[in-house]
This record gives sequence, C-alpha cells and structure tokens, in this order.
Amino acid sequence: MSAHEHNHEHGHDHPHAEITAEAAGYYEIMETAVRELLAEKGLIGPAEIRRQIEVLDSRTPALGAKVVARAWVDPGFRARLIADGRAGCEELGISFYDDTQLIVLENTQEVHNLIVCTLCSCYPRPVLGLPPDWYKEKPYRARAVIEPRAVLAEFGTTIPDDVEIRVSDSTAMVRYLVLPRRPEGTEGWSEESLAELVTRDAMIGVVPATLPESVQ
Amino acid sequence: MSATSTAGRLQGVVWALDEAPAFAPGDPVRILTRTPIGHYRVPTYLRGKSGTVEAVIEPAGLDNEQEGFGRNAGSKRHYYRIAIPLTEIWPDYVGSPRDGLRIEVFETWLERV
Repeated sequence: MSAHEHNHEHGHDHPHAEITAEAAGYYEIMETAVRELLAEKGLIGPAEIRRQIEVLDSRTPALGAKVVARAWVDPGFRARLIADGRAGCEELGISFYDDTQLIVLENTQEVHNLIVCTLCSCYPRPVLGLPPDWYKEKPYRARAVIEPRAVLAEFGTTIPDDVEIRVSDSTAMVRYLVLPRRPEGTEGWSEESLAELVTRDAMIGVVPATLPESVQ
Repeated sequence: MSATSTAGRLQGVVWALDEAPAFAPGDPVRILTRTPIGHYRVPTYLRGKSGTVEAVIEPAGLDNEQEGFGRNAGSKRHYYRIAIPLTEIWPDYVGSPRDGLRIEVFETWLERV
C-alpha cells in the first residue's frame, strides 16, 4: 500500500478490500497524456474516443456464438465462413474495424484447434470482444505452444492421442476463431438455442461445446 | 483480386515481383534466424525452424514490423500460414507426433529449403 495510511473506522461490518482509486501507472498516465494531446491538437475528439469504446463494448462472445450456430445449421454459410472467415462474419454485419483477417478453424473428429498469441494478446476482438485475462498472461501464452495437451487437461479437456492438436499462434494480421463441433443430441434445435451452447472458451478451443447439464 | 487465383486472368499482364506470392502451398520453408532490435512479429522460439507452407494468406499485407515504426509505404507482401510439427520445435515434445503449430509469417522471414 502507499504511504497514505488508512485509519478511519469502517461504518459497516461486511468484510471487503478497501475500495480506493489506485494510483495511475506509467502507461495509464502516458495514455491520458497522449489522448489529451491528440484532443488538444484537434486530431481526435472525445466523441470519437467514446464511439470507439462503444464499438468495443458491442463485441462480445455472443456474436461469435451466433456465427458458430449459423455455421452449424447452414452448410452453405459454413463453407463460405471456412473459405474466408472475415467475409463470412461480414455477411452477418460484423465489421472488422481493426483490418485483421479471420481464419475459422473447424474442429473435427480428427483435429482439435487451439488459439494463442505468444507475443502479446492478439485475439478475434471484432467477433469475440476482449480476451479473458488468462489468455493475456504468460503461463497460457508459453504453455499453449509447449504442452497444449497439459493445458487443455487443466481446462478439463482430454484430447485422445489419435486426434491431432493444431495450435495457431496469431502474431500479425490474422486472427482465429475455433468452430467447435456441434454437440450430439441437438438435431432439430433452433439456431438461437444452439448459440446458447457456444461459449467464449469453446471458440478459443480450450473446451468443447457441450449440452447444459440439465439436458445431459 | 487475389494474386494466387489465375482463373479468368487476362494474358499479357505482367505483375511486379512482390505482388505475386513467392511461395506456394506445399513448399518446404525455413524461418530465418534473425535478431531484429525493436518491434518484431516472429517469436524467437520459431527462428530457424523448418515447416511447410499450408496456405498463402490473401490479401497481401503490410509488413507489421515496419508498420510498428510508422513505415507503411511499399512494404506490402504476402503472409503465409506455415505448418510446423511440435516435435520439430520441441525435440522432447510429449503428445502425438502429428500435433502441430500454425503461424502466419511474412515473406521476408522465409527461405526455401
């Protein structure tokens, strides 16, 4: 904690960590300074910054889940999505504001795909939103390419030895989205119900898409 | 239009050397061993490793390493999806020998084996 001492009595009795505004770090201060300079020089305005935050906030795993569910029910869409992931998502109105390309990796009985960015935190943000913290931390980034089977096992995912594991390391202009296998027993399900089975982690490739426990 | 598809292309049009991909799917390649200072996009664990071109990534893109320094003009070339067995990267890899890594690598980082 900082030199500031916290002496006053708590007025209520449930335990929690002290809620304080932490001192801004180096990069946070730099970001504020650059942002204010850009605004001062009239290069970008607060409205544009807020708009970009709205763009990011509108991208969540629910979008990716809709893409996957559409691919499960519509073979024509699935083929186009695998041929060109970005164009497939654009068909559904998902724009690629960061000008990245997207490769959709289809899991099959023979191949299980896993995605990682060993250099930083490249992630299919246009279609999944912000990555989870563990995706950005060094243990996952290093171990996903060194011992993917052990990492998957820690997520509860055991891949048989006769299934090939393909780890895609995204480092430049391409982002990846895993198309999980459609769970058995979902024949005739609506696209909306199918989308509910598709989690963020399934689209990163650390878990399969599964039926909810109540249905199993 | 894609630089790799030739169907329907008019004859007699000559492409600049860096417009057409230098490598094709199936080509055996090696990732160069270089140690650039500053911004780089080829992780060190893959330098000097051999693999196979799985796909040419379209469209041609900027060299992200140059872009990192604001140098964008004239650096467009192709990225390639390279397949490398995990046993090539880690000699003591534990798992199926068919397990593999895929990564996109800019043209200037690849040499023909």
